[in-house]
Amino acid sequence: MHPLLKMVVQRVALGCLLLIAASVAIFAGTEVLPGDVAASVLGQSATPQALANLRAEMGLDEPATTRYFAWLLGALHGDLGTALSNKQDIAAAMGQRLGNTLFLASCAAAIAVPLSILLGLIAVRYRGRWPDRLISGVTLATVSVPEFLLGYIVIFALAVKYRLFPSVATIYAGMSLGEKLQVIALPVIVLVLVVLGHMMRMTRAAILNVMQSPYIETAELKGLRPFAIIARHAFPNAIAPVVNVVMINLAYLVVGVVVVEVVFVYPGMGQYLVDHVAKRDVPVVQACGLVFAAVYIGFNLLADILSILANPRLRHPR
Amino acid sequence: MPDPVLTIDGLRIEATVHPPGEPSRDVVLVDGVSFSLPRGKVLGLIGESGAGKSTIGLSALGYGRGGVRITGGRIAVNGREILTGGAGALRSLRGHEVTYVAQSAAAAFNPAKRLMEQVVESTLAHGLATRAEAEARAVALFAKLGLPDPANFGRRYPHQVSGGQLQRAMTAMALCPQPDLVVFDEPTTALDVTTQIGVLAAIKDAIRDTGVAALYITHDLAVVAQVSDEILVLRHGKMVEHGEVRQIIDAPRQDYTRALVAVRETESAERPPTAQAVLTVRDVTARYAGAGADVLRGINVALGPGRTLAVVGESGSGKSTLARAITGLLPASEGRIEFAGRVLAPRLAERSRDDLRDIQMIYQMADVAMNPRQTIATIIGRPLELYFGMRGRARDARVAELLDAIELGQGFAHRYPAELSGGQKQRVCIARALAARPKLIICDEVTSALDPLVAEGILKLLAEIQAAEGVAYLFITHDLATVRAIADGIAVMHRGQVVRYGTRSEVLTPPFDDYTGLLLASVPEMRQGWLEDAIRSRRVPGSAAGLPDAPGPAILPGGQVVGAGS
Amino acid sequence: MMRVPPSALLGLLVTAVFFGGAILAPWISPYSYDATVGGVWEPATAAHWLGTDGIGRDVLSRMIWGGQITIWVATAATLLSFVTGSVLGFTAAVAGGWVDQALSRFVDLVMSVPSLIFALVVLSVMPVTLPVLILVMGLLDATRVFRLARAVAVDITVMDYVEAARLRGEGWGWIIFREILPNALSPLVAEMGLRFIFMVLFISTLSFLGLGVQPPLADWGGIVKENKDGIVYGIPAALYPAVAIATLAISVNLVADWILNRTTSLKGGRGA
Repeated sequence: MHPLLKMVVQRVALGCLLLIAASVAIFAGTEVLPGDVAASVLGQSATPQALANLRAEMGLDEPATTRYFAWLLGALHGDLGTALSNKQDIAAAMGQRLGNTLFLASCAAAIAVPLSILLGLIAVRYRGRWPDRLISGVTLATVSVPEFLLGYIVIFALAVKYRLFPSVATIYAGMSLGEKLQVIALPVIVLVLVVLGHMMRMTRAAILNVMQSPYIETAELKGLRPFAIIARHAFPNAIAPVVNVVMINLAYLVVGVVVVEVVFVYPGMGQYLVDHVAKRDVPVVQACGLVFAAVYIGFNLLADILSILANPRLRHPR
Repeated sequence: MPDPVLTIDGLRIEATVHPPGEPSRDVVLVDGVSFSLPRGKVLGLIGESGAGKSTIGLSALGYGRGGVRITGGRIAVNGREILTGGAGALRSLRGHEVTYVAQSAAAAFNPAKRLMEQVVESTLAHGLATRAEAEARAVALFAKLGLPDPANFGRRYPHQVSGGQLQRAMTAMALCPQPDLVVFDEPTTALDVTTQIGVLAAIKDAIRDTGVAALYITHDLAVVAQVSDEILVLRHGKMVEHGEVRQIIDAPRQDYTRALVAVRETESAERPPTAQAVLTVRDVTARYAGAGADVLRGINVALGPGRTLAVVGESGSGKSTLARAITGLLPASEGRIEFAGRVLAPRLAERSRDDLRDIQMIYQMADVAMNPRQTIATIIGRPLELYFGMRGRARDARVAELLDAIELGQGFAHRYPAELSGGQKQRVCIARALAARPKLIICDEVTSALDPLVAEGILKLLAEIQAAEGVAYLFITHDLATVRAIADGIAVMHRGQVVRYGTRSEVLTPPFDDYTGLLLASVPEMRQGWLEDAIRSRRVPGSAAGLPDAPGPAILPGGQVVGAGS
Repeated sequence: MMRVPPSALLGLLVTAVFFGGAILAPWISPYSYDATVGGVWEPATAAHWLGTDGIGRDVLSRMIWGGQITIWVATAATLLSFVTGSVLGFTAAVAGGWVDQALSRFVDLVMSVPSLIFALVVLSVMPVTLPVLILVMGLLDATRVFRLARAVAVDITVMDYVEAARLRGEGWGWIIFREILPNALSPLVAEMGLRFIFMVLFISTLSFLGLGVQPPLADWGGIVKENKDGIVYGIPAALYPAVAIATLAISVNLVADWILNRTTSLKGGRGA
């Protein structure tokens, strides 16, 4: 087997292992309390009889390991269980919301990724001069403000003062793409601002690191034009670190989306998760946690694999 | 005389430095340097670190690293002023009329591109030839430089070839556009000595056959004597002496040059072996956890009290591993280590405090051997506290005594390591070792990171201490000149084994085993014509072509360059 | 005397003002945090500098009290995360072997789930009280401190001076406290600033989602939640906490940057 393929297979296997571990962590996270789910659902005033009934209904009489494996096995088959609060099938309820969330996140990514790479390049090109300082200052400000506040600032400015976009992002099946895009404009702006800062700063650092390599000096001493140096010598080596940066930040974006959805009352996974945390609907929380963790691990895995593929030492072994 | 390729007149170069916690200031790196280089001649620039030799070399391409600026004087290439022409003119100069060979080819090649692509790049960028012509030129250069399978060599990536081969490829890259001048910046310094000789011969042949002029920058007089027509000696950015090679080597006019020439010729009187040994290593075999093969195999050496045993070998020969086995950092898997009549436990953790006190160690990089957050007094005083329970005034008095012994003076007690020069740091490390009153000091390449004159001072100090205290040295080094200056006995190591062992005169007297013969024949000598003789004695048909590089890479993962210190 | 650049000085000053405000809240806040003292969402007046909130409480007073809770919770969680993370990180680096493996793999496991998600999962079954919040945030964040402390300590343990100390026969205590800690301190202190900011953002986010500080107490995130409905009517009460959080975060960042820069310039070692 080609060593590269071997490494990729190893990483994928490791990713699967990590996902299993994450499922253990999520499951264990709901078991940390001395009491149990039934007690926290019914509250302090619950009668022992009601508790016993609920425990039996939820299968809480079984040992935790048995319940874990039953849950995991179900999840692997696409069965995420039923919600405690309304007895709905979780997988069915989640489907549409997951689609909405991915739509929102990918719109944000489609803007944030090229923009932050561009800004990173500009900052490197004018390092230490005013464009660099301006970009760095603004991005420092955006990473210092939590997502929800950024959300309300944007609402206050663009929806209330100037009435450019709706402040609530209600989305439903049957809307045209154009309508959808107009509705999600504000949440997308917020998400872009949230990841832009991190992504641009890390991109800048990654490119700077490459630009300070001795082989860039070699290229300069060959009398190449600045553009040729960047395109032919810096770019191929910057791909791996920049891809890594992008993937890591897309994973951040997945988390940022939770809060932004709540701010804009957007019917996605985040809203769904937060609602059910408040209702102490543990099966839904576990299912959402698992999906978020899977996406997060997936992006990290992708980053890992892409940087392996971009490494000439691994692509062309001795 | 035909018009010179390069004329430098009254060159002055400055840089802005930003010391932490202080305002930035300008320092003068090069001042008042003038010379001219005729077509087809080779000028060696020699000096210690900080002499400004690389800075001058790069100025011939109109280039300054970091904040370095050319602030005065004139540089003309082919009779044309290069500093006033602007960026476009500089671009057409670089990679066309003047090219550059860096010290670390491993870092100077772009890891993401094939070698051929990089070798022909400047030729194509300046429109000097078609791609087919340029590649044909490159293949011819690969062959001339003794690279294996020249027709296909260019298809490889930089990480797929050895350090010596990369340095040859970098030379091919510099020669491909058929420049008028090549700047060689310490091209063989990072290589092992047996690898260096082949690369050196290849570079010399290539310079002769192409008739290109060259600036050859190095800190090693013996190397520069082999490849240059003239030598320019630099110190602190100023010219010391400029002359023909023969004159500089045989009749130096300046004291500084005389010192540089004499430094390699120090030779101590060899003392006869002693009846008893302080250290005896018996059949020691060791391997690193998880490694497939033993890094030390069946080592047997002995060292008498107050004597010096030099352990000589190239990078990867296992000489530093032997030190780790003796100290217990890497427990020997077989064999035993006897010390002062007792058998030492293989593991560090199982040794008594007296065992630890008796064996001290001095490292190659004094920089990282001292905690940057401790004062010199703490560094030297700690062994006094730990081993002898000395406190307060008694300790301070002993620290002062030790500072005097290493010729630094008591004023250093309250300074931090960062405030000291390289040589001073190494002296402090010696004082720390002495503070324990050991019977044996292991010196791991203690002079190889230092300039020759500073190194000579350290060797002298070590010899004085030995005479006064009767401490034995296990002296690990790759440098045979150092061996001649201090050793009573020598162990030559190669691939984890001792291949030759005995008194200095025995080891250095023929007949040699193959490896020792190769090693000794590879150590550059100042004598002109030595390189040719050495190549001939290797009995390789033809010239440098086909000379094998030492097996394995000279560059470790992580970009750390091992082998000769510079 | 070392020179403090103006940006760091400003950062230090503003940070000090915020901490001072938190400590002095009972004395400097004009009204009680839970007393209704005016109408609903009154605009800023001389009596109420930042106006009143959705049920007529003085916004400035709530901001000051909220700042106290935010800063107090964040500080406690940061300390918890720091002590736990760095002690375990140093232990892993110095001990090595299976101890290192076990701790590192466990941390990998916890970090495989984004910390906000993990916190939500845990809070779905835990009672939401201040100690629980501090515990959950501090322990989740300790994983990041662990990684940094371990990396820094591993970098230092491979230095020759640590090897020299081991060869000298020094015990663990000397090696950790005299050789490693003094050299690890600067990056750790700088990181402490960044972790503190992260904690401020974290607790604010949880409170905003209704899963953090519970009413009638409120931290800055809670104040946003209470007043968010006013936004659509153009009432900016929900935006003041944004300014407070951003100012605090930027100030601490400036200080952390300066500490970090000092470390890297010290690492050069050849300064003089």
